[in-house]
Amino acid sequence: MPKKVRIPVGPQHPALKEPVSFSLELSGERILEATIRLGYNHRGIEKACEERSYIQDLYLLERICGICSHSHSTCFVQAVEEIAKLEVPKRGLYIRTLIAELERVHSHLLWLGVAGHEIGFDTLLMFTWNDREIVMDLLAETTGNRVNYGINSIGGVRRDITDEQIKKIMKAMDTLEERTKYYIKIATEETTIIQRLSGVGVLSHDDAVKLGAVGPTARASSVDRDVRRDDPYAAYGEIKFKVITDNHNDVYGRTIVRVLELMESYNIIRQLLQNIPAGPIAVKAPRKIPAGEALSRYEAPRGEDVHYVKSNGTENPERVKVRAPTLANIQAVAHMLKDRYLADMPIIIAAIDPCFSCTDRAITVKDLGQKSEGLMQWGDLRKYSIEWYKGKGIDFSNLKKI
Amino acid sequence: MGLIKKIVTWGRTKSPWVLHFNTGACNACDIEIIAALTPRYDLERFGVLLKGSPRHADVLLCSGPVTRQIGDRLKRIYDQMPEPKFVVAVGTCACSGGVFKGCYNIESGIDQVLPVAAYIPGCPASPKAIIDAVVKLLKSLEES
Repeated sequence: MPKKVRIPVGPQHPALKEPVSFSLELSGERILEATIRLGYNHRGIEKACEERSYIQDLYLLERICGICSHSHSTCFVQAVEEIAKLEVPKRGLYIRTLIAELERVHSHLLWLGVAGHEIGFDTLLMFTWNDREIVMDLLAETTGNRVNYGINSIGGVRRDITDEQIKKIMKAMDTLEERTKYYIKIATEETTIIQRLSGVGVLSHDDAVKLGAVGPTARASSVDRDVRRDDPYAAYGEIKFKVITDNHNDVYGRTIVRVLELMESYNIIRQLLQNIPAGPIAVKAPRKIPAGEALSRYEAPRGEDVHYVKSNGTENPERVKVRAPTLANIQAVAHMLKDRYLADMPIIIAAIDPCFSCTDRAITVKDLGQKSEGLMQWGDLRKYSIEWYKGKGIDFSNLKKI
Repeated sequence: MGLIKKIVTWGRTKSPWVLHFNTGACNACDIEIIAALTPRYDLERFGVLLKGSPRHADVLLCSGPVTRQIGDRLKRIYDQMPEPKFVVAVGTCACSGGVFKGCYNIESGIDQVLPVAAYIPGCPASPKAIIDAVVKLLKSLEES
């Protein structure tokens, strides 16, 4: 039996783009156990939201993550609009959806490049990032900024889209489609890629469901789940598209899902631009949002994003809770790393398209009565919640078994 | 200026190797830094090369408002870099805390922790702005 070695990876590490720390227990080259430590990116956004007005929150929440910024801001405004019972004009919804899909295209191209980089295929990184600039130009032109678009406002969007821009986007989609066909060819026919990615980071269908994986990570394990289709928001209810799934269950499958999703995104963007209705782009929103609460779901490029907003009738929300897609996938990563080679670690982590700036929202549950400070473990927390609800008369142990 | 010093300055300004460190940023500046290094903007034509280790780097590109968790790590990384070293604050958050100013877990800017050589404002700082800052930094090195 070889000696066990513990290797810390991060918070600064060449394989990581963001500060996160992994503690890997190795036996030889094999990873026995992986412990993930988050929190380097925790800025306290949820708390800050309570001190700012809804309009300020919109821009703050957009900066949870720079890659899927539109996801967070849309998810938030959807919740606020639901509480305030605002009817967003059709054209506004279409523009929102358009930016969402452009964002997905830029995010997936970005991921493809990063994945190529992690396996030593830097040419792919340079290729995809060059093509990605086409989307960045479109985003800059339609919204005014390359990243962190700031296009949403409560009740609609801030900028209209012109016919010239529509023509430009249509033309760019043709170019990108041509390029993506080439990437699909690389991903599905190039033997080096297939050999490098097959069987790496295996997450079976049952495990994906059990660990609550979302987005392309789950869809590559043939979990047929996509909020855009299951719970249509914005203009997705009027658009026809396929939900891409794959049964490879590994990093190779995740690559295929993402490149094929790119093609679907081009298809969605074309449909949106062909059917975009005329009319206003926003309705006026009150400054004070009436009391209420709402939960909003959104299919971000990385998976399902969930925002919960509670309003108390003032200008500031009482509570904003964010569940970013990476947080749902991070448990799956620890599972995927187990029993794999150390050399596969970067691509396994990269394969979920991690976004730790989204994920880092730690909570310390502290009992003021006790002197000791520390994190409450999940088991304790569960026990505590069961006891607490028993005190309120909700006792599940008395329920009849169905 | 002696000949050796001239050669050293030439060497330094023609190959500034950079280390990129995310100090709690939202990723926006980070993807713009990578965008600046990829073909459209191609920062490498100035000899700028992205390195993985602080021990190889001359310039530390920091993005983000410095969270309390990362502050000490940032100092440790800075200490590991060989002299002369320069810190560049990329983005409004890194300059002043930006939109996160007032959050309980941040230090409001890189200059609260480390001496900063160049500030690049913008949310996020565009690749063009990053290139501009790098060129200005190199010019000031040449003159000093």
